[in-house]
Parts: sequence; C-alpha cells; structure tokens
Amino acid sequence: MTGEPCDTNRAVIRRPTRRFLRMAVFTAALAGVLAACTRDYPYNSLAPAGPVAEKQAGLFWLVFWIAAVVFVLVEGALVYALWRFRRRSTDDRPKQVHGNTRLEIAWTIIPALLLAGVAVPTVGTIFDLAESPPGAMRVEVVGHQWWWEIRYPDLQLVTANEVHIPTGEQVVFELTSKDVIHSFSVPRLAGKQDVVPGRTNTLNFSATEPGTYRGQCQEYCGLSHAYMRFRVIAHEPADFEAWVQSELAQAAAPEAGSLAEQVLPTCLACHSINGVEGPTGPPQTPAPDLTHIGSRQTIAAGKLPNTEDGMATWLRDPPAVKAGSKMPDYNLTEDEIDALVEYLRSLK
Amino acid sequence: MGQAGGHPAAVQTPHTATGLDNRKLGMWAFLGSECLFFGALISSYLLYRGRSIVGPYPEDVYDIPYTSVSSFVLLMSSLTMVLALNAIQRGDHRKLRAWLLATALLGITFVGGQVFEFTVFVNEGLTISRNLFGSSFFVLTGFHGAHVTVGILMLLTLFGQSLAGHLPTERALRVELIGLYWHFVDIVWIVIFTIVYLIP
Amino acid sequence: MSIAVPTRQPFFRRPRATSGLVSWLTTVDHKRIGILYGITAFVFFIIGGIEAILLRIQLARPENTFLNEETYNQLFTMHGVTMIFLVVMPMSAAFFNYLVPLMLGARDVAFPRLNAFSYWVFVLGGVFLFSSFFLGGAPDCGWFCYANQSTISGGHGVDYYALGLQILGVASLASAVNFIVTILNERAPGMTLMRMPVFVWMTLVVSFLLLFALPVIAIALFELGFDRLFGANYFNPAAGGDVLLWQHLFWLFGHPEVYILILPAMGIVSEVLPTFSRKPLFGYAAVVFSGIAIGFMGWGVWAHHMFTTGLGPVANTAFALSTMFIAVPTGVKIFNWMGTLWGGSIRFTTPMLFAIGFVAMFIIGGLSGVTHSIVPSDFQQQDTYYVVAHFHYVLFGGAIFGLFSGAYYWFPKVTGRMFSETLGKWHFWLMLIGFNLTFAPMHWLGMWGMARRHHSYEAGAGWGFWNLVETIGSFVIAISILIFMVNAVRSIARGKEAGADPWDARTLEWTIPSPPHHYNFAEIPTVHHRDEHWHRKYAEDEEGTPVPVVAGAQEHDEDAEEEHPEPHMPDPSYFPLLAASGMPFIGYGVIYKFWPVAILGLLLTLGGLFGWSLEPVAEEEH
Repeated sequence: MTGEPCDTNRAVIRRPTRRFLRMAVFTAALAGVLAACTRDYPYNSLAPAGPVAEKQAGLFWLVFWIAAVVFVLVEGALVYALWRFRRRSTDDRPKQVHGNTRLEIAWTIIPALLLAGVAVPTVGTIFDLAESPPGAMRVEVVGHQWWWEIRYPDLQLVTANEVHIPTGEQVVFELTSKDVIHSFSVPRLAGKQDVVPGRTNTLNFSATEPGTYRGQCQEYCGLSHAYMRFRVIAHEPADFEAWVQSELAQAAAPEAGSLAEQVLPTCLACHSINGVEGPTGPPQTPAPDLTHIGSRQTIAAGKLPNTEDGMATWLRDPPAVKAGSKMPDYNLTEDEIDALVEYLRSLK
Repeated sequence: MGQAGGHPAAVQTPHTATGLDNRKLGMWAFLGSECLFFGALISSYLLYRGRSIVGPYPEDVYDIPYTSVSSFVLLMSSLTMVLALNAIQRGDHRKLRAWLLATALLGITFVGGQVFEFTVFVNEGLTISRNLFGSSFFVLTGFHGAHVTVGILMLLTLFGQSLAGHLPTERALRVELIGLYWHFVDIVWIVIFTIVYLIP
Repeated sequence: MSIAVPTRQPFFRRPRATSGLVSWLTTVDHKRIGILYGITAFVFFIIGGIEAILLRIQLARPENTFLNEETYNQLFTMHGVTMIFLVVMPMSAAFFNYLVPLMLGARDVAFPRLNAFSYWVFVLGGVFLFSSFFLGGAPDCGWFCYANQSTISGGHGVDYYALGLQILGVASLASAVNFIVTILNERAPGMTLMRMPVFVWMTLVVSFLLLFALPVIAIALFELGFDRLFGANYFNPAAGGDVLLWQHLFWLFGHPEVYILILPAMGIVSEVLPTFSRKPLFGYAAVVFSGIAIGFMGWGVWAHHMFTTGLGPVANTAFALSTMFIAVPTGVKIFNWMGTLWGGSIRFTTPMLFAIGFVAMFIIGGLSGVTHSIVPSDFQQQDTYYVVAHFHYVLFGGAIFGLFSGAYYWFPKVTGRMFSETLGKWHFWLMLIGFNLTFAPMHWLGMWGMARRHHSYEAGAGWGFWNLVETIGSFVIAISILIFMVNAVRSIARGKEAGADPWDARTLEWTIPSPPHHYNFAEIPTVHHRDEHWHRKYAEDEEGTPVPVVAGAQEHDEDAEEEHPEPHMPDPSYFPLLAASGMPFIGYGVIYKFWPVAILGLLLTLGGLFGWSLEPVAEEEH
C-alpha cells in the first residue's frame, strides 16, 4: 500500500476485511485444488490405494509444494519487476549494471542445495521400491498386442486381462512381452513399468483395501494401444483363496451335438480352455485364456463390457472393435454367435 | 587466398580469427562428428559381442593373418598420403601424382580385400540377417569401407586435377584436407581391427 | 584467386541473376537463405498446427470417432516430427543464418554454398517426409519411434521416418560445421569470444551439440533401416537383439536435441530483454557459461526418458541426480534475465512481451521437468499427459515464444518496415491465454492417469471436461497465429519505414541499413566492446548511467561507401541445389528397393558435389 492515508469510512471494503477475504479465497482455492486432485477417478495417481502409490504420491506432493513456492516467488518477482521498472519516460536511462557476483553465486548454490535436499528422499524411495520381498507371490505378466496374459507360476493358474491379488500382501510382478514394448500401468496402486521383449522387468506392490483398480498400456504399441486395458482386483485373503480355487477348476465342454461344440474348435486353435482339448492340440498362436471368461468384468482387454451384447459385438467382427486385431472376422452366423456367447458366459 | 609468384604456400596465415583456414577447421569439425558416428557403431558391436544365438561366430570365420595384411596395406597408404602432401608442398607435382595414385591403389587393394573377405563370410553362412554378429559386423565394416571408397574417389579426383594442371602448389590445402580425412579413416580401422578382430 | 590458372569453360554458365526465381534458387547469400528457412519453417508450423488441431478435435470428447486409429497415430507422429525437425530447428537456423554474420561483423558465413546446400536438403527432406501421406501412409510410430514396434510396423511409414530424418540430419550437420567455422574464424577484428552477443554463443553451443548428437541418431536410423530393409537383427529380440539399444541411441541424441531446440530461443531472449530494459544483460559470463554447461551436462541425462524401462535402481539414481542438477545452470539463466529487467526501464513492445512470456512459461516447464527427475513419481508421470504438458511448456511456451520474440524484434531489420504493435499485442495475449488453456490442464490430466498416444479415451475417467477446455484453447492459439500472419503481410506491404536502429539496440546488426546491403558492411567494423553498437552511441558517467555520444551512431555508411567500392561477394551457384536434389531420389529408391532410382539420386548428389568442388567461390571476371 502507498503512503496515502486510508479513509476507513469511505473505503468500500475495509483493509482487515480485505486481508481476511484474500486468505479465504486462497484457502478455498487450495482446498479446491487438493480436492480435485485427489478425487477417486479410476486412474488417479493422486488417490493412492496401496503403499507404493502412496509413496509415489507423497514424493510428488513434496516436490510439488516446493516447486509451487519457487513458482510464486520467482514469478512474483518477475511480475513485480515488470511493474516497478516499467518505462516512465522516454529519457529513462537506467544504470548499466553488468552483474553482481555474490548474488549470482547465491542463486547458483541455493537451488543446488534445494535439489540436494529433494534428492535424499528420492534416492531412498528408488531403492525402497526396487526391493522384491522374498517369498512373495509371483505373477507373470506377458504383454501381447493388445491384451495381457497373466500367469501365476506358483499356483499353476493362467488368465487374461485381470489380475487378482490378496490385500495387504506384496506381490511381485514379473513383466515381459511377446512382441513389442508395452507398459503395465496401474496408477492407483503402483505407477508403471515397461514390458519389454527379451527382458523381464519387476514391479512390486500391494493393495490396502479390496476393490477394482484400473490399468492400461502406457507405451505406444501399435494400432489398438488405446484399447489394451486391464484390471487389478484386490480381495480379502479369504476371498482370494476362494477365487484361486474357482480358477483352478476345469471348464465343462460344450454339450455334445450343440452348435457351440461345432464352432469351438476354431477358437481352440489359439485360445486355451482348461479341460477342453482342441483338435490340433495346444494353441499355436497365443490368445487370452478363456477358462473362466464368464466371470471377468470386461472382455477384449477392457474394451467391451462382459455382457451378451458385448461378447456378441466382439465375435461378430473383432477387427472392427480393435483395429489390427490378430483375431480375424470368422464370418460367424448370428446363431453361431449366440451359441458361443451362451457357452462362454457359462464358463464362470 | 592465392599468392602471386608461385612461392610454396606452406606457411600462409589466412585472415581468420583463429589463424586456421576455414576449410581445415571445417574438416576437423566434421571428423569430430565422425568419431561419434563410428563410436556408436562400435558400441553397438560391443554390446552384441558374444550374444548371437546361432552361428557362425567370429572364431568360425575370421582369418586374422589375412586381415592383418590388408590392415598393413591401409596403414601404408597413410604413409604414401603423407608423402603426397610433402611432395606438393615442395612443389614436386610428379611425385605428388605418384604418391596420390599409390595411396588410391593401396586403398583399392584394401577395399578389394574386404569385398573378398565378405564374400567368403557369406559363403560360410554369415549374412547381415543371420545373427547379431552378422548384422553388427557387416554394418560396421561396411560403413568403414564406404568411407574408404569415398576417400579413394577424392584421391583420384585430386590426381586428375593435378594431371590437368589445376592443382598448383598454392592449393596444397586440398591435399592436406583429403589427407586428414584419409588418416582419420585409417585410425578408425586400427580401432576396428583391434576391437573387432583381435580382442576375443 | 589471382593465380595464373587457365580458366575452363564450365559445363554451364554460372548463374548471375540477382532477382527473380532463379536468383532465389541459386542464392548463397546468408540473409536470403535465412529468409528461405524462415518462410519454409513457418509453412511447416501451420501444417504442424493443423495436425494438432485435428488431434484436439478427436480428443475433445471421450470415445470420439472423428479420427480413426490409423489416422490419429500418423498425425501425432507427424505433429511431433514436424514441429521438432521442420519448425523449431529450421526456424532457429533462419535466425542463425540471417544474424550470425551480422552480429560478428562479417560479410557472410564461412561456407556460403554449404549454407545453401543445407537449406535445399532441408526443404527436400521435409517434402520427402510429407510425401508419405500420399504414398501409403505417414510414419505412425511416434516421433521417437521405439523399436521393436518400429521394426515390425507394416507399410512404408517407418521407412519414410528413417530416411527422411537421415536427409534432414545431413542438412543440420552441414549447418553445424558452417556455423562453428564462421563463429570461430569470421569474427570482426577486436571481437573476442567474450565480446560476442549471447545469441552467437548459443549458436556455437547448438552447433557443437548438433555435430556430436546427429551421428548417434544417424546410426540408430541406419540400424532401424537395415533391420527393416535387409533383415538385420539390431532390434530383433528373437535373435538376441536388445530393443532398448534403440532407446539409448535415440535419447543420447534426443536429450542434446532438446537443448538444441531451446538454446537459440534463450539466445534470442538474451538479446531482446537488454534492448527493451535499456540495460546490458545481467551476468553475461554466467549466461554464456551456463549455456556451455547445459551443453555438456545435456549428454549425461538421457536415460531419464527411460526410467520405466527397468534399468535398475543404481542407473535410475545416477540419471535422477544428473537431471536434477542440470536445473541449476538453467535456473541461473532465468535469474540473470530477471536481473536484466531489475532496475531497467522496461518498454513493452511485442518482442519484449514474447521474451517475458518465454521466461514466465519456461519457469513452469522447467519446474515440471524437475518433478520428472523424481524417479518414483516419474513412474506415475511417464507416458501420461503430464509429460506432454512439460514439453509443450518448454517447447511452445519456451522455444516458440522465443522465436516469435525474435521474429518481431528483427522484422524491421529484415524487411525495413515496422509491424503493427496493436496486432502484435493481440497475437501475444491470445496466444498466451490459448496456450495456457491448452496445456495447463494436461498437468492434472496426466496425474489423473490420462495416457499419451491413445487415439481415444474412456468416458467416466474424469478426463472429458478438461480435454474440451484444451481443444478450445488450441483454437484460440490458431486465431492468434492468423493475427500474426495478417500483421506480417500488411506490415511488409505498408509498414512504416524502420531505419537502421528502430529499437535503440546494442549489437552490430543495428549499425547497418534495414534491410542490409547484400554485402552487409561497407567496411568491416573494429570492435572494442561487448555491445559495440551501444558503446558507440552512449558513454557511461561515474554512476554508470548512459550518456549519448554526439554523432556516435552515425559513423559509417555513405562516407565509407564512397571510399570503398562495393565488396565482392561469393557468386550464386546451382550446385548446392543440384547436390541436394539427389537425396529424395536416394530415399525413394531405397524404400521401394528400386535401385536405378537410388543410383540416379547418388549420381545427382555426387555430380553436384563434384561440380561444386571444382567451382571457384567467386568468378574471376568481376
């Protein structure tokens, strides 16, 4: 404020009230920002649901607030300088200052120290997250164009596009790819690691609460990169055991003589159904395991809902749903589609 | 920047801020870039050393004595290159042409030797697509050979220019520049020969 | 050359035209080449902008069907390739070309024909790359085209990427050699390195970065090309190849590349801010050395693009630390720019507004870059829109704003006319608002998990509203650019005459007429100070306040021209264009494995180079 006397009777808003209002607006804005940022959107990395995501979010907030303070100070100084030193007359001839060594040293050292300070928790967390707990359950994730093969080597289980884990327990994910680089990303639990052909990468995390946590491929992998989603479903340990048991059960073959029985061999050239042998033996081309397809929340790697309609849409013309799909259009009749849908939805 | 009177142009400071002729500085800068070029190729080769899943492997196809001889030939060509530069700086244009031609011929011998070597390798089943060794070996040595070939073309051009009377002593810098390039290509070969052939 | 060498009749006569189309095709004048670069880069800017608008329309709504996967993937790839290789780099080259000789007090660059060659290779390379849209599809692998998606991708799009970028690399490499030699060798008497304008320093650093980074991507592109065309195994996991080799090679180039993109704009800002603050650059030495430091340190951070590829905690830590510390020299520059403003007399012309906008936006982009260096947090940010936000803040809010600042600042020098300040200010404010509307929300969309390179996104993930805002913002940007174009055209046609020094500026280019004579300086100046022109106009009193020198600015021109006849300049030449013309043929021939075409291209290029080497720099007869 300038040196003019403040006529408190005539001022529209009194100074203390103005200050209070400024604080109120600022706090409301801050609260609004925090609330917006932490809303439980399905892929919101700032609404963590597991210890790994919490640590990642924690580091983010730490650095964010430091950056916010730096931002306010520096941009504020910039705006102030622009206002204070604006040209007031064409004869303005400012002093030709060339530099100030002490100031320059200070503004080299202080940011360096700030960064060094930030580096400490960062490096600590890097090593913390890289530790694989011994004896943890392992899940192998194999990326394909454009679906996720999920294997539980210790449990002899295979599924696709859904990962079930028990809550409160670290799980070690071993990630690799059969074709190109993908990225296994589940923001609310653990960020991501890339899925690289020829290498096995590791991601360790756990979920705190039961729930469904959405994931997606986050490394460009071709035409249907946008439609390569997956879900991590966390269960209470008892429910997880139940899930394992039901997954281990074999599937029933289709009724003898049914339309589904006639069409199924085509599928079994690529898909596996535990308990139903294909005419040519094990599948030649990798495709999602269908043993318990009926119990999944979505199909086509999260592109379609697991409903009669959804499944029928897929079977009618896979490349139309997912461009470049390795599963071609088999020109199935509507009856064949209905029969298959009924059979597959029975595989719970 | 010429000098009337035909004095040897050996010591003439160009009017540049560093005292180095523009073209010489430019050639050094370009050669600096080439260091990274071959460095990246050699790094790729080193990364894949010993990681081929199928053969033929280096020990199956290398003929170290043969390649040593062709390396020696290339090394000698650097000597003849120096002699060529020396000749033009002294104003001896007949010797210049002789040494230029010798350098080119030695270079052609080297490249010919490489072509022969590659043909033998291919007959033994090593192609660019066969395995990691085939890919990284042929691309690395192939680029080197291409650089030698470009050098040979430039040497023959200089030879032709001199023959036609267009390469006077005042233009000795041209020979010096090609010489710099030629020596660089030779040094790269020393590195390749050592890393690719000699070190198991 | 005054030697008694018999003159030969060349195959065809040396071009002589000084006006008309042929004069532009054969020019070796750095100023004309700079203008050619500028106009061509601007045309590509419009094309790249249209690509962006199309992307934004598709993303305005969840599960939109405006563009299908194929088209979207090609557009986002080409938007990146266009903006980086066909806009920012050549626009920077436009400034290097036009200004560096003028700022050094030289008559041209060290190798004028090589300069023309760089330009023609660039244009032909850009056309070659874009022809892919009409010949089966543009590259669709992303601007960094990761293996092995790139090696298995069908069609020829990726082949156009590999060969197109190789051709463009030749142009930039030639340019780099040219400017290194020019800056080191062609300085006017008395211009020591520490008296050069900061813009020239940045050109020098960028040229060294290009010199050393381009060969690395050339090798990566050759390896990609050989994998695709000849079945090599560099990126073939089945043969034991390591797909990450591509990423290492690419980013070893790619990270210095981003400094190549930003340093010229930083150089421009370092010229504009002092002029319109009426003070010298604060801490010249620190700004120069921080630019050099960034050049060196930029080689040690590349794997921060690869934090999620599984390099392991030790490697990730090393690169996290190197990335954090490269923020220090960058911060130094920002503070020095603010120190320049502080205590000055600030005049808010359009170039000044863009320069200030650069500083303001780059602070944001720089801070988000620091958050990327926090590896565990980057595990969330990588491949989301948070990254897209970061690099647009530094490349658009930074480089593009800086380049516009330079465009407005030197417009009077190049055209001889003043532009409309009113339209300029409309451009600035609309662009600033549109830019922030478009890119600020990407920060939180990224933290909310919205992924890059998804042609369509789910409803119900919380992303729809802000995407719509961003699309609106992109249209505001487009309008601001239309205003710029109107301003440029009208001002060239009817703008007020500018004179030699409309801004009361500091460096040598403002001592000569606007536009300059083709020979630049009638008499090569002798330099006694940094900011030589300013010191000719003003002395300083005891307190450091400038005091005008009587007739200080008027010390040359007409008198000098009478004493010195017009200096002879290098003659125009066909050979740069001829040598460049072979490149697209080589490209097409290799892609379609139609070897006669490739050989034709090789002969054109070699023939052009051959003729060029035999052609004297200037003909005897003048």
